[in-house]
This record gives sequence, structure tokens and C-alpha cells, in this order.
Amino acid sequence: MRITTHAGWAVCAMALALATAGCGGGGGGSGDSQAVLSASWGDPQNPLEPSNTNEVQGGKVLDMIFRGLKRYDPETGEAEDMLAEKIETSDSQNFTVTVKDGWTFSNGEKVTAQSFVDAWNYGASLRNNQRNAYFFGYIEGYDQVHPEEGEQTADTLSGLKVTGERTFTVKLTQKFSTFPDTLGYAAFAPLPRAFFDDHDAWVKKPVGNGPYLVESYTRGSQMSLRTWDDYPGDDKAQNGGVDLKVYTDNNTAYTDLLAGNLDLVDDVPAAQLKNVKNDLGDRYLNTPAGIIQTLAFPFYDEAWNTEDATKVRQGLSMAIDRAQITDTIFQKTRTPATDWTSPVLGEDGGFQDGLCGEFCEFKPDEAKKLIEEGGGLPGGKVTITFNADTGSHREWVNAVCNSINNALDNERACTANPVGTFADFRNQITDRKMTGPFRAGWQMDYPLIQNFLQPLYYTNASSNDGKWSNKQFDDLVNRANQETDTAKAVGLFQQAEEVVRDNMAAIPLWYQNGSAGWSERLSSVKLNPFSVPVYNEIKVS
Amino acid sequence: MGRYVVRRLLQMIPVFIGATLLIFLMVNVMGDPIAGLCGERQCDPATAARLEQEFGLDKPVWQQYVTYMGNVFTGDFGTAFNGQEVTELMGTAFPVTIRLTLIAIVFEIVIGVTLGVVTGLRRGRPVDTGVLLLTLVVISVPTFVTGLLLQLLLGVKWGWIRPSVSSEAPFDELILPGLVLASVSLAYVTRLTRTSIAENRRSDYVRTAVAKGLPRRRVVVRHLLRNSLIPVVTFIGADIGFLMGGAIVTERIFNIHGVGYQLYQGILRQNTQTVVGFVTVLVLVFLVANLVVDLLYAVLDPRIRYV
Amino acid sequence: MSDRHDEPQAAIAGTSMGGAMDLGVDEAESLEKRPGPDGAGPEERPRSLWSDAWRDLRRNPVFIVSALVILFLVFISLWPSAITSGSPLKCDLSKAQEGSQPGHPFGFDGQGCDVYTRTVYGARTSVAVGVLATLGVAVLGSVLGALAGFFGGASDAILSRITDVFFAIPVVLGGLVLLSVITSNTVWPVIGFIVLLGWPQISRIARGAVITAKQNDYVQAARALGASNSRLLLRHIAPNAIAPVIVVATIALGTYIALEATLSYLGVGLKPPSVSWGIDISSASPYIRNAPHALLWPSGALAITVLAFIMLGDAVRDALDPKLR
Repeated sequence: MRITTHAGWAVCAMALALATAGCGGGGGGSGDSQAVLSASWGDPQNPLEPSNTNEVQGGKVLDMIFRGLKRYDPETGEAEDMLAEKIETSDSQNFTVTVKDGWTFSNGEKVTAQSFVDAWNYGASLRNNQRNAYFFGYIEGYDQVHPEEGEQTADTLSGLKVTGERTFTVKLTQKFSTFPDTLGYAAFAPLPRAFFDDHDAWVKKPVGNGPYLVESYTRGSQMSLRTWDDYPGDDKAQNGGVDLKVYTDNNTAYTDLLAGNLDLVDDVPAAQLKNVKNDLGDRYLNTPAGIIQTLAFPFYDEAWNTEDATKVRQGLSMAIDRAQITDTIFQKTRTPATDWTSPVLGEDGGFQDGLCGEFCEFKPDEAKKLIEEGGGLPGGKVTITFNADTGSHREWVNAVCNSINNALDNERACTANPVGTFADFRNQITDRKMTGPFRAGWQMDYPLIQNFLQPLYYTNASSNDGKWSNKQFDDLVNRANQETDTAKAVGLFQQAEEVVRDNMAAIPLWYQNGSAGWSERLSSVKLNPFSVPVYNEIKVS
Repeated sequence: MGRYVVRRLLQMIPVFIGATLLIFLMVNVMGDPIAGLCGERQCDPATAARLEQEFGLDKPVWQQYVTYMGNVFTGDFGTAFNGQEVTELMGTAFPVTIRLTLIAIVFEIVIGVTLGVVTGLRRGRPVDTGVLLLTLVVISVPTFVTGLLLQLLLGVKWGWIRPSVSSEAPFDELILPGLVLASVSLAYVTRLTRTSIAENRRSDYVRTAVAKGLPRRRVVVRHLLRNSLIPVVTFIGADIGFLMGGAIVTERIFNIHGVGYQLYQGILRQNTQTVVGFVTVLVLVFLVANLVVDLLYAVLDPRIRYV
Repeated sequence: MSDRHDEPQAAIAGTSMGGAMDLGVDEAESLEKRPGPDGAGPEERPRSLWSDAWRDLRRNPVFIVSALVILFLVFISLWPSAITSGSPLKCDLSKAQEGSQPGHPFGFDGQGCDVYTRTVYGARTSVAVGVLATLGVAVLGSVLGALAGFFGGASDAILSRITDVFFAIPVVLGGLVLLSVITSNTVWPVIGFIVLLGWPQISRIARGAVITAKQNDYVQAARALGASNSRLLLRHIAPNAIAPVIVVATIALGTYIALEATLSYLGVGLKPPSVSWGIDISSASPYIRNAPHALLWPSGALAITVLAFIMLGDAVRDALDPKLR
């Protein structure tokens, strides 16, 4: 017992020393490219390995310290070559990747084809418990390194072969024409040997190939990143570094911004949106991001899986006054949804304004009629389940319920059902315990229409929380994935989306914008389509 | 005295085991934490099974408890889901919370006892009534309302203080959070001291001391206060454990990365190892503080002897 | 000396729920120091104590004011529609955060619900949580405490250690853990949780009081006359030991109502469509800058209620303390 206590103190002293050292430098330099900014952050849930990070907070750091084969343009979201010199294929199933010359990790190691293959093998291997392993699921040999059950029979993916210092080949199990465009996702980042040689040390202080270096990391409270001066890419950091500070409550972060203790807040709490104009003037940004909020339904529940229930779902959708809610609760930082994708995809990418038609418009009288035609709400009422621990979910769920109640003229038709923790919420979904609609948010992994449809509505897909299943939809998605012509593929995906609409597989609510506020010291603040600030372009004065 | 301490220490063992078992069961009731680790997706079954194995969740609860406690006695408090050792988390969290608790207790002692003595000596006067009302108001407004209000007024509107606490959490930044944390207890200490002083003022030994012609100051400090402090010390001693574990709300409002914050995060992520680890230490603090308070009794009141 | 050991524990009881129990000490002490039964028979003693107290209370303005406030609260809890015509669940988002206007004296909250109506209807839930949780805590705590104090020995040791176990769990933490898995939207889980973690505080006080009362001469006399254990406990000891329990329970009631608000703030309190001050305070607190009125009214109502119960407890304590007469 005593030993533990002493060890604890020692660690603390060290951590404090690190934190102080990390902080002491802040605000020291006056030159533009030397100045360090502070930004709000949330404690990442999982260790900061690229294939283990599946939420925005960890993603922020990975975006700063890693560069992959592709990078999504911070403005258009288009996948552009970063470390990839070229990615070639003749059949949409076998790809040859050539890595650019001259790239190194910040510890001096060269970035080679092997860096990618090692990283992907690590990410796919069941042994390493990587949360994002399924990203490698299309690569041949995934079944062996990551079987559904039992022990793995191989350590490496048979579909990956290093053919030269800078080239490797990827063989997929099926045709997937847009595969190269998915490679900008953090899970596909290269890893240095240092990661494998001393894993513990790496996780304590990650080393990557991006424009920033980790200078110090006190888990649970702060990470100090500094510009890597020898960064070979052309998106060099315009500032001296970023201190990411962990906040438990985004309201406190906003308060700190107002008081001048923080430079950048990338998640303005809904309750403060009304004050933003007054508080910050034009130091505030509100841009579309690849996030859509929907209400999913438990199709494993008999009551929701009938012909008539489709009418009930459509009726519920028409009972929600999206415009009023996005205006009042979110102060226009959400846009009423009219399809199941996101405006950041662009028309060419598959976004289709108004695809949902009148079913996404607020028509209380017709809503009431449709629900009655469909046999009324199952059991006379609905509950909307959500997790109450993060975000402003409580506010909008209450507003949606009030809107439904007002439309149906029944104060108890809809009730909000908060679940205390996200983990418990996910448990109830996984265990198929939902009895009514529940919150389903989707933040895209990469800006492709495929990513908004397949993971969410394909039979047994990983995020198909409602367990909706439709053969017509599945067929269309399969055909779209095999289509080599992008425009044709997008067209097929849109046809699949129409199937989603006709069945009202989920009620689209609104597209979420990214919002950010910053101090007077900063300029050129931008958010990328993933609602993450483009840190390297921020200028500090 | 020695035998008394030994007996009390022995009694701590079943309480310690019971309290840790209770919290272990409670956290387990929360269910499977793995589902929360995979974002808005279902974990693939193979990874989920591996993760359960890694965190020992595939075993029956009693076995998990025995393994866990076995590890605790060798100094291993397990690993949080983000791969960090719980002892490391404690190393950063406890110093912050200890500072916060110290400030809160100083406030309780300095302000609480002073106000208590003043009102106790002037029972029924306007000062007394005023302070009494004030303490009642403090008790009846929830801490989070007081905290948010003070943060907004002092931190933003008037700009007197930082609205949040930096990650180093030095003493000066913890003053307001410390005051907010202490507020309710402060009110109790005031009332407690007041009652105690008022009662003892009429006692024989005070009358004797006054009759002997001792200066008033000496009577108040040496005789009256010393004897009136017993219930106050008891309260403050027990309050230490409460303040350390109960700072969840205060630490959240002021973004303090202490014990309350770690517990809150641990609960939201259903991280058994973090929650049980921290509570284990808190239970120890609580038990030791209780013992120390009882021993202090003998110091303050020579009539009490422990056998 | 053995009594002396018990007192610190009785006093420690104060801290768990935010601390009301300082009074435990005074009460235990004052009971201990109370003069013996003299000429009065054991059967008459409680009656005279209570009638004395009642005579005191009737003349105490603090008691009268707090009792009136509580009566009013009970009245609107039972018949909220007597003073409002609206429904607390009728909300119009287009009126969100608007201030006071004719027919809506307290304005509207963030969802466009009428704050006045919700504050009135909130009384029912909040008072129900306070009263029912206190009843549960008092019954469970005093039964277990009395048994421990009366029988002593091994049963006391075991019960007291169990009490310590529940005492050692931080309350807010326990609430977060236990209530986060509850899906019911009634008040019962919150009440059950408060009883589960609140009883030790009453239990310790009851135990101390029973130990003190047990040593009185008239109890020894009754025992010598062959009274059964249950008769001793119920007829002779309980009436003399119940005063401190009542005092602490009244004060704890206030803190339980405040605790419900804190749990709601942390997202694990009562669930919709329940209407409670805790829910309203927690949902209004982020909007403190834009719509302070939505926070002010339910907070004010809560504070006044807590205040009324604490003052009531205080007045009762003073009335039951013979030394202050």
C-alpha cells in the first residue's frame, strides 16, 4: 500500500513538472510563426493509436501529428494525394500504391511502403484490440487475422504486399471503386518502427509524420504540440504550436474563451449560441460539417416492422418542426435535413437537396392523419431514447417531443428517455432493447455518399442500429460499390437512398454544422468538413 | 490508547472490504462498458471479446473482485480504458483535490469558526440573526447554482478571477472553487460552533474562569473555544472524506482535473478500475479521518480517555 | 466511557448528505444530561415532553412561518390546478426564453414552457421526494439503529460496521453510478437511492439515543419487573429516543430535495415527463445569461422549501431541548 502511495506521488511530481515546462513557453514568442495558441479539447477515450481512435477528440490530435496517403481538403473535403504519389488500379479490386519520396517521421525514420503495411497489419490484427480494425475488412486475408470468433490464424493480411521501398499492393475481397478515397481516414496512417519497438513509450508521447510534434502529454489534462520545423509537406504549420486543454464541460471552455484564458473553442455550447454575436462578433465560425442527426427505429420490434408502421414513421417525421428547432435551440448551427447524407458531399458527391420531399416538412395536420392511418403510435405513445451525458441532446429531444405532442394534440404522446451514459446507451442498442425511436448521429469517416448509407442501412452493417434490412437497398449498394464510374456509382447510391426514404428507415432531423469561436489573437481559423479546426493554418499574433 | 487504536484499525478491515465490494457491485450493475468504446457502432464480436478479456470482464463478479483486491494490495490499481494506469491518474488527480480540500477546510475553520464564535457570544443580536439567515440561504441553494453564478459574475462579468482552473491548479486559482465547495459545510460549522459556544458559555468552568478574573480573551480562547470545538472537529474530520469525494459538481463547473473529475469520467465511461480505485482510496481517507478525529477528542477534552 | 466512543460517530453522521446533522451531537448530549425521571412515571414522561414542546412551538414565530410555508407547499402539491390553469407539459418553442408577460408572470423557459406553471407543478415531485425519502430513511435508520443500540454486543458490532460501509460511499458518486442505469421515469428510483445511502445517518443517531435511554433508571426498573424486550423498546425507550431522530430527519428532508436537483444537474435525476424543480433548474442553468428568470423561479422555490424544512427542524430542536427553555 505504502509503495503505491509513493509511486503515485513520484508520477505526479513528474507530470506536474512536464505540464509546467510545457506551459511555460506559451505566449512567449511575439513572432507570428512562433506563437502558441491554446485550444479546447476532450479527453480521448482510447489510447492515441491511429487504428484505435474513433472519436473526434483523439482524431484532432491524429490530424495534427499524422499525414496519410490521402488528405481531405479542409474546404472541399475532396480526397487529395498526400503521401501517395499514385494509386493505380485496373479492376477496382487490386491496387498498387506508390509512396512519395522524401517523407520522414519526426524522429528521423523514413516513411516507406513498409510503414504503411506494418501499420495496417497492426490495426487489423485481432491481438491488438484495435477499435477500428473493421476498416481493413475489405482487404484480403482479414478473416484470418481477425476472425469473428476463435484464434487468429495469421498475423498479417495476405492482401498486402510490399513490392519495393516505396510501393506496395493491396488486394481487396471485392470490387470497391472508391477505396483510394477512404485512405485519408486516420486509421490508414503510417507508423514508425518506434511504435512497435517501444509501444508504451510511443503511446505516452506519440511520434508521427504530421506538421506537429507532441512536446508533452499529461493525460486527462493537457497536450502540448509544437511545430515540427523539418516537416516536409507543403501544409506547414503557420503557428508555433497548440496547447490542447481538456475541458469536461464545453460551457466552461466557452467561459474561459470570454475571460481570455483560451484562444480557440471548437464546440460552442448550444445555450451560448445566442450570445456569440455579442461576445465574439466576427470571431465566430459556423460551417457545414459531415454530420447528420437522425432518429433510428427498432425494426426488431414487431410494432415498428409492419407496412403500417411506415406511415407512422412518416407521420412522426412530418410532426417535427425542424426549422423552429434548429432556429431556437441551435441558433441555425443545424440545418433542417432534406435527405440522408450531408451537404458537404456536394451535388456531385451525392447530396440531393429535397430528396426526402414533403415527409421532411412540418405538416402537423397531415402528420396526425398519417399516424392515424398507420394505426396510431404503438401503445399510444413513443419514447425517444438518447444519452444524456454529452452534447445538447436533452434540449433537442425535448423540443422534438414537444413538437410531436403539439402536432398530435396529446401532451403525453412523446416522452424523452435519457440514458445516463453513452456506454449504457450503446448497450441498449446492441442488446436490442429499444422499444421506440432513438438518437442516431452519424459523423462521416470520409466524404463519400457510401459512408452515409452502407454502414447505417446495409443489412447487419456495424452502425445499422435499428437492424433495418432491405434486399433492394443491399443490391443497389453492392452494384454501386462495383461500379468503376464515379458518377454512375453515385447515381446507384442515390437510388438506394430513395429506398431508405420510401421506407422511412430513419427520420432525418438536421445537418450539423461545425462551430468555433476564437480570441483576438487568432486569424485564419477554419473548420474542416469533420468539424475539426485546421490547426496548421491558424495564424497567431 | 494503543489498544484502542489497534482495535479501531482492526474494525476498519471489514468496513474497507464491505465498502469496496459495495462500490464494485454498484459499478458492475451499470453493465457492460465495452459497447461504449466503439463509438456509434457495434463492436465486432471478436474485438469485444478480446477487450473483455483484457479488462478481466469475462470472469464472474466475485472473481473479478478478488483479483482486483489482490492486485490492489500489491499496488496495482489496474488500467483505465485509455491505457493509462489508474495509479498514474491518482498521481495527477489527488494532489489537485487535496489542495482544493485544504482550501475548503481552511475556509471552514477560519470563517466558519469565527462567525460561529461571534454569533454564539452575541446570541439574539442583529449580527446573530443576520448570519443565521445567511447560513440558511447558503444551505438551501444547490452548489451548482452558486458555483455557476459566482463563475459568471466574478469570472466573466467583473473579471476578478479566472473562470476555470488551469491544469497545474495552483492554490490561488482554487480559492473560489474552494469557497464554493466549502459553502454548505461552512454554514454548518458556523451553526455548530454557535450552538456549542452558546451552550458552554453557561457552564460552570466558564463562570469559574470569569470569576477568577481572567481576561475575557483568555476565557474565550482557552476555556470556551477549546471545549466548544469538539463537535466542530468531529464535523470537519468527517467532512474531509465528503469534500474529496463530493467535489464532482465543483470540479466539473471549474474544470478542475481532480478526483471528482476522474470519478465522473470513470462513471460516464463505466470504467470499473478507475471508479473502484479512487473510491478505495477515498474510503481509506474517510476511515483514517474518523480515527484521527476520535483521537483528537482526547486532546481537546482531557476528561476523555480511550482504553 | 463507552458512551463517549459513540458520540463522535453520531456526529459524523452529519456529513454524508451535505451535512445537516451537527445537531445529532447536541441532541445526544442534551438527552444524556437530562435529569432523571424523578417522580413522574415512565408513561407520562413523553407526553409532558411533547406537550411542553408543542406549547413552545406555538409561540415560536419561526415555527409558525415555516409551518405555514410547508402547509402551502403541501396544498399546491395536492391541488396544483387550484392556482394555475395551464399544463406544465404544454410548451411552445416559439416563445422560448421570453420574459414575463400577461398570463405568464414568470416568463418562459428554453423550451417555451410556462415557468410559473412548471414551478407550481414541480412542488409535487420535489416535496414527494423529500417527504417519502425522509420517511424511508427515518424508518429504516431508526429500526436498525435502535436494534443495534438496544441489543449491543455482536449485533451492534455487525450493524455498526454495515452502517460504516454505506457511510463510506460518497453520495453523489453513488447516485451517478446507481441511477445512471435506471430507466424508470417515476420518482421511486431517486427515493430508493436516497434511502439506500441515507439511512446510516439516522441509524447512528438512533443508536446513540437508544443507548443513552437504555441506561435510565426507569428502563432498568421495567426490565427488573420482567418487561419483554419488545415492550421495553417500544414503550419505554422509543418515546425517549425519537426526538433526535425527528430533528435530524426534518433537516435532512431539505437536503434531500436539494440532492434531487444536484442529481438532475448531473443527468441522473428524475426523468421526463416528471416535472420537478431539479429538472427545471438543471435545464435552465446553461441559459443563465439569457434567461435568468427560468433559473431564478424554480431555484427560489427550492430554496424557500429547503429553508422552511430546516427552520422547522431547528424550531423543533429548540423546543425539544429542555436546557433552552
